[in-house]
Amino acid sequence: MNSSALNITLPGLDLKNPIMPASGCFSFGEEFSKLYDLSDLGAIMIKAATHEARTGNRTPRVAETSSGMLNAIGLQNPGVDHILAHELKFLEQFDVPIIANVAGSAVDDYVIVADKISKASNVKAIELNISCPNVKEGGIQFGTDPETARRLTSRVKEVSDVPVYVKLSPNVTSIVDMARSVGDIADGLTMINTLVGMRLDNRGRPILSNTTGGLSGPAIKPVSLNMIYQVRQHLPHIPIIGMGGISNVDDILDYISVGADAVAIGTMNFTDPMICPTLIQSLDEKVSEMGLDHLHDLKGRAYKTL
Amino acid sequence: MKNLMTVVDQKCIADKIHEMVLEGDITSSMKTPGQFVHVRINDTTEHVLRRPISIADIDHEHSRFTVIYRAEGEGTRKLSKLGSGDTVDILSPLGNGYPLEQNDHVLIVGGGIGVPPLYELSKQLNRMGVKTTHILGFNSKKDVFYEEKFKALGETHVATADGSYGTEGFVTDAISALDQHFDCFYACGPKVMLKVLSETMEMDGYISLEERMGCGFGVCYACVCETAEGDWIKLCTEGPVFRKGEIVL
Repeated sequence: MNSSALNITLPGLDLKNPIMPASGCFSFGEEFSKLYDLSDLGAIMIKAATHEARTGNRTPRVAETSSGMLNAIGLQNPGVDHILAHELKFLEQFDVPIIANVAGSAVDDYVIVADKISKASNVKAIELNISCPNVKEGGIQFGTDPETARRLTSRVKEVSDVPVYVKLSPNVTSIVDMARSVGDIADGLTMINTLVGMRLDNRGRPILSNTTGGLSGPAIKPVSLNMIYQVRQHLPHIPIIGMGGISNVDDILDYISVGADAVAIGTMNFTDPMICPTLIQSLDEKVSEMGLDHLHDLKGRAYKTL
Repeated sequence: MKNLMTVVDQKCIADKIHEMVLEGDITSSMKTPGQFVHVRINDTTEHVLRRPISIADIDHEHSRFTVIYRAEGEGTRKLSKLGSGDTVDILSPLGNGYPLEQNDHVLIVGGGIGVPPLYELSKQLNRMGVKTTHILGFNSKKDVFYEEKFKALGETHVATADGSYGTEGFVTDAISALDQHFDCFYACGPKVMLKVLSETMEMDGYISLEERMGCGFGVCYACVCETAEGDWIKLCTEGPVFRKGEIVL
């Protein structure tokens, strides 16, 4: 394990391996720390932090769909000050870089949270959440207009002590336009967030109290692969952490093949709580089985071989 | 927490209601009635969410436990097709469960698919010497299950909403026909039933709630409920059992 074939260096991040849990699917790590050593992970993307504590949406907040699920949690979290004092403090015992997901209702909220959370010793990067589809104000509205996203990224970059990765929403007409608009300011991209969707009950009414939710899981992998592929053609050098429906090692290779540098595991943490350590182990085996010097030997093979 | 169990037996015991007996070492960690297991439908990615199902009966001697669930959707219908020798991936045991108090006489009230966890509860209370009276509510005669099993533990009354079996009406109608003193009540069933019981029963009580779940172990924040103090807490880790009045229903 920890073979150098899986080491990856990205802005702010020295990753032992390219595998990390995605924001919102791992809370702040405490529950998973009872199951395995969090230091084995490449990094941890913690649950979104907002300026004030938030209670989130009414229930039901989740519904299963074919090979996926909808969620509309609504950014429930105890607020940035509590997260700094408790959740991030707890994570200090592990040798793992933390990527802090930052959300808000207005530009100033993002700026305040980013400023504060980037000062934590174990926070090595910020993931700017401009793509949450489940809150009425903020979130996705910042992530669907290229100029708004650019201004917000710029303001957050000014106050952050650590590199800033922008989490892109797939709910846009042109993902390339969005990536380009933030691409020369952001230190990297994480993509993709969930796709807006709906499920009805047998009386024809929406199941989720929020009416709509974000679709995640294996169902969205083809969408994410295509979007990363497209963005990579136009931005050959920007670091990209890919996510969307990863459930096995071949999925990870697919993401690297379309040009992602590292990957995050989301929904499947619920299906199989041991999926991250399992994938780290099997990726290590897969890379040596394929006789690769480094996982990134496969990077971009989806377009390079055309 | 994650374990592979072997199906010993599975049968349909009422309309869409299935009783599955599972065997495996993790049974030894199941102690408190009211806890649940989180069941993966199969090892493909077609069903990404597990199904929370309460534990109905624990048999430590044979390392077996029983779950009872309603096969309502595609996932649980697949689960209902499993037979002896098949394996099931579960997370277990989850949740807090009912506190076992040394009372003289308690009332146990179950509604529909909320009935199962009360069977193990009643078994354990009877073992402690607590007298139990049971009220089981169902929609119709075709939905009734476990009446005989509860009768073996104590006085048992069944109510059906359509009057096709037992007392006509809701559990509250059957309760008002009783003229006895109870020290405490334990309930599991639809939210509206729990709300009415919490508001009308004078004695102390414990209720078990249900909500759509994601992870089942406190990570995803899907199954939250509001406390009387206005906090939103996780049902899977801080519940599913709460003291009467603790949660806004």
